[in-house]
Amino acid sequence: MQREMLLTRQGWADALIELGEKDKRIVVLDADLAKSTLTCQFQEKFPDRFFDMGIAEQNMINVAGGLSLTGMIPFVTTYGVFVSGRAWEQIRTSICYGKLNVKLGGAHGGISVGPDGATHQALEEIAVMRVLPNMTVIVPTDYYETKKAVLAAAAINGPVYIRFGREKVPVVTTKDTPFEIGKAIIMKKGKDVSIIACGVMVAEALDAAEELNKQGIDAEVINLHTIKPIDRDTILTSVKKTGRVVTAEEHQLAGGMGSAVTEILAQEFPVPVAMVGIHDTFGESGQPRELMEKYGITSKEIIAQALKVIARKK
Amino acid sequence: MDEPAIYNEKTLKLKALRVRRDILEMTAAAGSGHPGGSLSSVEILVTLYNGILKYNPTKPNMEDRDRMIFCKCHITPAIYSILARSGYFDPATLLTFRKLGSDLQGHPSRFHPKGIEMSGGSLGQNLSIAVGVALGLKTQRKPNRVYGLSSEGDLQEGQSWEAIMSAAHYHLDNLILFVDYNKYQIDGYVEKVMGVHPLDKKFEAFNWHTLVVEDGHNFKQLHDAISKALTFKDRPTVIICNTIKGKGISFMENQAGWHGRAPTRDELILALKELDNEEASINSSN
Repeated sequence: MQREMLLTRQGWADALIELGEKDKRIVVLDADLAKSTLTCQFQEKFPDRFFDMGIAEQNMINVAGGLSLTGMIPFVTTYGVFVSGRAWEQIRTSICYGKLNVKLGGAHGGISVGPDGATHQALEEIAVMRVLPNMTVIVPTDYYETKKAVLAAAAINGPVYIRFGREKVPVVTTKDTPFEIGKAIIMKKGKDVSIIACGVMVAEALDAAEELNKQGIDAEVINLHTIKPIDRDTILTSVKKTGRVVTAEEHQLAGGMGSAVTEILAQEFPVPVAMVGIHDTFGESGQPRELMEKYGITSKEIIAQALKVIARKK
Repeated sequence: MDEPAIYNEKTLKLKALRVRRDILEMTAAAGSGHPGGSLSSVEILVTLYNGILKYNPTKPNMEDRDRMIFCKCHITPAIYSILARSGYFDPATLLTFRKLGSDLQGHPSRFHPKGIEMSGGSLGQNLSIAVGVALGLKTQRKPNRVYGLSSEGDLQEGQSWEAIMSAAHYHLDNLILFVDYNKYQIDGYVEKVMGVHPLDKKFEAFNWHTLVVEDGHNFKQLHDAISKALTFKDRPTVIICNTIKGKGISFMENQAGWHGRAPTRDELILALKELDNEEASINSSN
């Protein structure tokens, strides 16, 4: 299906500017990637509230923590591998244990980062962020949802991690789609299988559902934009109806969104589950679409897994 | 508390003794904790909380308070003692240190007790926090100062140097950092474990105003350094204080082993006896 293509990182930047205009407490920090994460647009408008911290991510995270202790609301961004990986213990011990009001933006999430290769393709952030107490983890699906996630993050007190990508991705929500942290969105109703996805995989799930429909399978598609706190009720209501689940994410299977879903299902309503994601491997250089195909994170794989999970439970 | 900022060496020495007793009693009661580095920091803390820091223990969050950020957070016995003795909370609770349910965690939480600005315990992190607080206050054009207390162990962390670099870059002249330079860490003599010398030249190279206090247990020298630091502009200031690990207790001084072990009952009695003698000698002098 043809859809409008927009940058999620532009949603991040637009929301920051909107927030910055309304609220002087909003400050933005970047680690020499402002042109890439697009926080340069905030810098241009509010030079006094933008701090480039150079290539020193651990310091950046804690400086943001210190800024929050003076009443400011810092939004910190660099590539996802560096925020969530290099500065993980800073996030754990200073930001999360201290419940500091710091918002983290992980740019260039997923294998669709493309030619930069494995070092820059963040595939672990959901796992390493959701394990932290007091942390909220959001993986918005498109431009509009990213923008709304940033605005919503500013409105709550405490640490939030928002993942966005490098490439333009299909727009599957609108300016007016309601967004609430912790409230999943049913993108398409169905009764045969629940496809639970986040990020760019929501568009893939919608494409898969359309294709499955041609084969007489009525799939429900859930956009689980907030991984933590997870929307247990929406998941269980859907799964009690369909009895089968496919999860889909642009992330390692271990510890990711699918794992979060299965943690609930295993304890409360065990049903056959198939998981689409990265299978315990690093990525490589290539064009985004080529990589998604090679590593099995497309609508095609979702369809295959849906058929399998349906075969497991007739 | 709200005592006038007068410099009275005898009073300060007696206050330092009070903190040293607390450190020994707290760690002995807990059966664990860090007496060595707590004892080396005592004069720095007593100086700060008696006429230098602007604070009000009955209004711990008052807007115009100075911000004290502890970077070496394992010295909670010294930190909790100085806070309690400065009026933040009842000194009777000091003996709950490290016990289940106590406000006095092994390493501090910013939620309790009153007077703690930031949680900490993982070295290298809170110098960046201090930089962030200083940057936030400066951006908001607030006159408050930020004081940090670090150690040479804290400065072995790479992140500390990222913080030091950024503090100079952003011209944070509202930040004064103390280094409790006691020369010993858990594994032994610092220059054998991982040398940090020369600290003053390192800070100078990172564009900080750099002061060295020859004797970090001498109140006069500490006061003189702070007076000078308060006149500096445009860049942050470090005051490197040469101290003695385990200071004040003969058998603990310059012993790496006392970094993280509590005195036994017998050792406590011996140590307190030394402090009694010290007190008698202070009182008999003029």
